[in-house]
Amino acid sequence: MTVGIIEYNAGNIQSVQFALQRLGVTPVFSRNPEVLAKTDRLIFPGVGEASSAMQFLRQAGLDTLIASYRRPFLGICLGLQLMCEYSEENDTPGLGIFPVTVRRFPPRDKVPHIGWNTIGSLLGPLFRGVVEPSYVYFVHSYYAALSEFTVATTEYILPFSAALHRDNYWAVQFHPEKSGTVGERILRNFLELNS
Amino acid sequence: MLTRRIIPCLDVHNGQTVKGVNFVNLKEVGDPVALGAAYARAGADELVYLDISATVEARKTWLELVRRIAETLNIPFTVGGGISSVQDVEQLLKAGADKISVNSAVVKNPALVDQLAREFGSQCVVVAIDTRQEKGDWWVYIHGGRTRTERRALEWAKEVVDRGAGEILLTSMNHDGTQQGFALDITRAVSEQVLVPVIASGGAGSMEHFLEVFREGKADAALAASVFHYGTIPIAELKAFLAQRGIPVRLENPEPV
Repeated sequence: MTVGIIEYNAGNIQSVQFALQRLGVTPVFSRNPEVLAKTDRLIFPGVGEASSAMQFLRQAGLDTLIASYRRPFLGICLGLQLMCEYSEENDTPGLGIFPVTVRRFPPRDKVPHIGWNTIGSLLGPLFRGVVEPSYVYFVHSYYAALSEFTVATTEYILPFSAALHRDNYWAVQFHPEKSGTVGERILRNFLELNS
Repeated sequence: MLTRRIIPCLDVHNGQTVKGVNFVNLKEVGDPVALGAAYARAGADELVYLDISATVEARKTWLELVRRIAETLNIPFTVGGGISSVQDVEQLLKAGADKISVNSAVVKNPALVDQLAREFGSQCVVVAIDTRQEKGDWWVYIHGGRTRTERRALEWAKEVVDRGAGEILLTSMNHDGTQQGFALDITRAVSEQVLVPVIASGGAGSMEHFLEVFREGKADAALAASVFHYGTIPIAELKAFLAQRGIPVRLENPEPV
């Protein structure tokens, strides 16, 4: 099985690679849509700023690739946010896979939301074997609102989507690559999803 | 619920883990990669690695070590020590560090905080503040605590947060190495007046000290070295102690099945 990682101007790509290696998988890095189209699983990581990331994706033709990809696809952190319709971060239109708006946390508590928080209302095969409450690691200032595509929720300042799912597309706001054994389980579940 | 974090700190000198007592007298306690992995298994929420050699010659070895740490650890880690440029940070993040911690360099050049936040995002920019209380005022020190500056800790914390720091790592030099408890007043003042998480450091000697720094110091995370390195406080026991007293902590997840 070939696992691709979309390589673009965003952080944490290395961490995702190392996490996959700990699961015995050596991923392929690329920003070439033709190379990525041939993979069996595709991971869309990202830590960084939304508008410059979107600009890069469009220039590289990766927006079209992501829209046409039909095998299991996983967005992480900024990846999840870019898969939504729109982000308040620098007024950025996203890929629109999830018809959801990404907003900045209201400043009623510290922002960014950094640290280990619980995930609940877990739905579907991505969370198979993950017991509630489980703790995962978050670092973000923007969140995707709850929607019919929410398959995990977390509460910080307000309840938001910790994970989204639609068709072959999955996305998590937290960092499974940094979330200990729970995160490893979620990544393994992703690799084991039916194509 | 967002949990309070327990963060062991590993000082690394020439590739070996050591613990500085009041920033001097180095005593080796082990291999950074193995020790980090052991901490992760024991329930540490995050790790901080400080390169206290930070010489030009040690830089390349350090990057290789950071890479090995990133390959092994399944929890986040911050790297600090001798970071003075955007390029230093870029190399460390590329090697796999989740966050970097800057100290002296940003006191000398505060605009570096803005640059780092813009380039890499606030989420990976930790500003470490070493402070010592003298005649009631908390002064910022640099160069591993050797040089006093004219800045006061609280004002400096606010400034770096305005410039884009994502977290503050606050060390009280009066308390560091004493094992007599954290500096509760300055930790609380900073935590209540900046809108980013504050990691309290310096002075941990007992489980009660952690409870105090969360309850009274309003810290978001607590960092310690000796009590963890020498096993005085096992992390699992500390977390159970805190949980029993109403502090939200990440308890060992039931083994996923």
